[in-house]
Amino acid sequence: MKSSPHLHALEAEAIHIFREVAAECRKPVMLYSIGKDSSVLLHLAMKAFYPSIPPFPIMHVDTTWKFREMIEFRDKLAADLGMELIVHINQEGVDQGIGPFSHGSAVHTDVMKTQALKQALNRHGFDAAFGGARRDEEKSRAKERVISFRSDLHRWDPKNQRPELWNIYNTRINPGESIRVFPLSNWTELDIWQYIYQEQIPMVPLYFAAERPVVARNGTLIMVDDDRMPLEPGETPKLEMVRFRTLGCYPLTGAVRSQAATLPEIIQEMLLSTTSERQGRVIDQDSDASMERKKQEGYF
Amino acid sequence: MAAAPQNTLAKETPQAEIEAYLAEQGQKGLLRFLTCGSVDDGKSTLIGRLLFDAKQIFEDQLSSLESDSKRFGTQGQNMDLALLVDGLAAEREQGITIDVAYRFFATDKRKFIVADTPGHEQYTRNMATGASTADLAIILVDARNGVVTQTRRHSHIVALLGIKQVVLAVNKMDLVAYEEDNFKAIVADYLAFAHSIGLENVTPIPLSALNGENVLNPSTAMPWYRGETLMIALETAELAVDHASGPARFPVQWVNRPDPGFRGYSGTLAAGRLRPGDEIVVLPAAKTSRIERIVTHGGDLEEAVAGDAVTLTLTDDIDVSRGGVIASVEGRPKTSDQFRVHLIWMQGEQLLPGRSYLLKSANQITPASVSELKYKININNQDHEAAKVLELNEIGICNISLSAPIAFEPYSKDRTLGSFILIDRLTNHTVAAGMINFGLRRATNIHWQSVAVDKQARAGQKHQRPSVLWFTGLSGSGKSTIANIVEQKLHAMNRHTYLLDGDNVRHGLNRDLGFTDADRVENIRRVGEVAKLMVDSGLMVQTAFISPFRAERRMVRDLMAEGEFLEIYVDTPLEVCEQRDPKGLYEKARAGEIKNFTGYDSPYEEPDLAELTINTVEQSAEQAADKIIEFLKERGYLEGNGNGA
Repeated sequence: MKSSPHLHALEAEAIHIFREVAAECRKPVMLYSIGKDSSVLLHLAMKAFYPSIPPFPIMHVDTTWKFREMIEFRDKLAADLGMELIVHINQEGVDQGIGPFSHGSAVHTDVMKTQALKQALNRHGFDAAFGGARRDEEKSRAKERVISFRSDLHRWDPKNQRPELWNIYNTRINPGESIRVFPLSNWTELDIWQYIYQEQIPMVPLYFAAERPVVARNGTLIMVDDDRMPLEPGETPKLEMVRFRTLGCYPLTGAVRSQAATLPEIIQEMLLSTTSERQGRVIDQDSDASMERKKQEGYF
Repeated sequence: MAAAPQNTLAKETPQAEIEAYLAEQGQKGLLRFLTCGSVDDGKSTLIGRLLFDAKQIFEDQLSSLESDSKRFGTQGQNMDLALLVDGLAAEREQGITIDVAYRFFATDKRKFIVADTPGHEQYTRNMATGASTADLAIILVDARNGVVTQTRRHSHIVALLGIKQVVLAVNKMDLVAYEEDNFKAIVADYLAFAHSIGLENVTPIPLSALNGENVLNPSTAMPWYRGETLMIALETAELAVDHASGPARFPVQWVNRPDPGFRGYSGTLAAGRLRPGDEIVVLPAAKTSRIERIVTHGGDLEEAVAGDAVTLTLTDDIDVSRGGVIASVEGRPKTSDQFRVHLIWMQGEQLLPGRSYLLKSANQITPASVSELKYKININNQDHEAAKVLELNEIGICNISLSAPIAFEPYSKDRTLGSFILIDRLTNHTVAAGMINFGLRRATNIHWQSVAVDKQARAGQKHQRPSVLWFTGLSGSGKSTIANIVEQKLHAMNRHTYLLDGDNVRHGLNRDLGFTDADRVENIRRVGEVAKLMVDSGLMVQTAFISPFRAERRMVRDLMAEGEFLEIYVDTPLEVCEQRDPKGLYEKARAGEIKNFTGYDSPYEEPDLAELTINTVEQSAEQAADKIIEFLKERGYLEGNGNGA
């Protein structure tokens, strides 16, 4: 398939951002969540520095509740690409037995994801972290700069962002402060899928429809990925043809009923969809400014 | 009210049709535009209306819009479309836009990225952020209010940033009974103004974002208007200019060295085309070579075109580093270290001429300072007004001086080589957006004269190590007294010294300067340069200046070689200085006879880098001087015998 001028421009912009940060920052890292946006991000990083390998490691903050298929995919991909993979787990959270079923989505996400990320960034002394967030995902993301400044406590101050002119990025920070970098800021969900299709980027199989054991809970289809999931009275996992539009912790990620088992079918389904992709995420529904609040607290 | 995103696919489309669809999507042009204008002119509502009418709102977003409208909405029981774009909690609560939001939508003809920018004056820098990447600006005007200050300010920034196409959207026509005369009067008023600032391509459209008149659908309420709707204007606007014609410019971003056998230069081709074999010049060093390969992950290219992110290798082994520009030999850009520029000041802390900032342009950072602020622009009448400083959101014309030459083009000709930002050296804030007008000729004509006898030779003859003891502290803290004793002691040790004293310098070299922040910065800049010349001549220099700002002390430190600059903080509490008051200045300041007095109505920033701090409450000036001499001995500044003795 011929490269589209639109994707070509988005690709060049992302590559420019990658190189700029790699050239100016002391110790960058790429946050890798194993999802489709991360896959595109990693693919772009490989392109940006070729023939060199990207001059930074990739890091996965593992909440220990990810789908098993995600973990298998992660380990194989890092080995294939020859990149250093850091897996960080909040051990204190594990010791306290924090989990989405026992503590609820808010506490689980805060301890195992937000706090874990801060721990990992502090422990390794990273001053810049690449992430796959897009401005079309959600309203507070639509406001975020490509280079997003974080205080020494990893806080985002949405009311006082640095101006960002043209493609001249200010990556300068004082000790302890850091930046988040979003090379995919200007991509839409359709752009992502189109690019995956054009570049034949490998994806976690969970994105493709297959028969999976699910239970319906609070209007969301949850996949029973392992035996840690307590079933409520009357709940019996049923095999259904489902797939996932976004990937996260399995108890917090709703599946959609779907027959789309190939990339073109997924794209077709997406085009016909009447709901936005983040709707499948349980955490976003907590309150209406919840994403902004999480980000201020340091959630990626 | 089904509002699924628009698409033309049937449910059972075979793979080939999807591919055809994707190919068609891929070939759509992309227009980036912004909406701007004063607060309450309805920018967010207009974008909400565009998204809604173009069926770009998902069902879940629609249902949360309905609940949000009831909580925060300003439209009673109706949906408040502005809430679709105001994304920050503070924005929704206050019903205003603080920062630029980017929205994405597509029609059958085009893809769009729209930057919804804030109308409040205090958030102008966020508006400029949105404007810097746009090809077209929609400037909204409230039909009831017409052209207001913010309309002019935003138009000015739009013109300065080089956006050629403007849609004047006269909004809220429903509130003036859709009167044609009202529209005509506003258009005439705006066009006269637009012409005066060089905006030639203006399309006026009367509309009501609230009711959807002339947004996507032609208005039935305004039959007198026969022009295009806003959507048609957006779908037919010219897309980003083609940079592929003209000579090649490739700013080097990253030197790519995977192994000793490969040395490539990664970057994005900003203009022109490059092919293997092309003769190129590397600036500012002006070395020539040829393109060997154009390397990409997908294989080598036969040609790179403007916009391509690639890695180049050259046929010759020449040293190119980040920030260098690889350019066509024919029509190569000029280099200079002094420019006439437009600045948009973006920080609460004012621009002070003479203060050292970091200038970031095409992948490189260079220390720079404003050498002369020519004037600022009154955005209401375009008058040029004399200015000593620039305040937040002011636009100024100035000369800027860099510590090293860079390759450049005027901004009007080349956005990549003509644009820059200024960064504060202490806070790292982005404080200004800059556009180069031209290089100053004097810079290309003044060269460094190399001299045979250098600093080391001069210092060697004196058998001493040149240095600056920079005394800083409040007025009356004891700087001059201690510096004086230190100089006497050094003199007695056969050292060649010179004491630069604040009061004395103001009688001569700096007699034209007062005590405003801007003048204080210039005062220290000059003293710093003089001290540098004296160090160059091999002297041990003592300076006694209040020098209240960290940034300027840092600037002087940066002028000197490593280890030459020793900051000595004479730390005397304000109350003690007031009691001593050797020159009677505190009494005058208390009486209001002196303005801008440090410690009263002008700040003193304590050092965070001082090599030595002197407490004058617990020790006498003599003891303090002894301590400094001891310190110099320990650090090896007094080795050798002194002047031939």
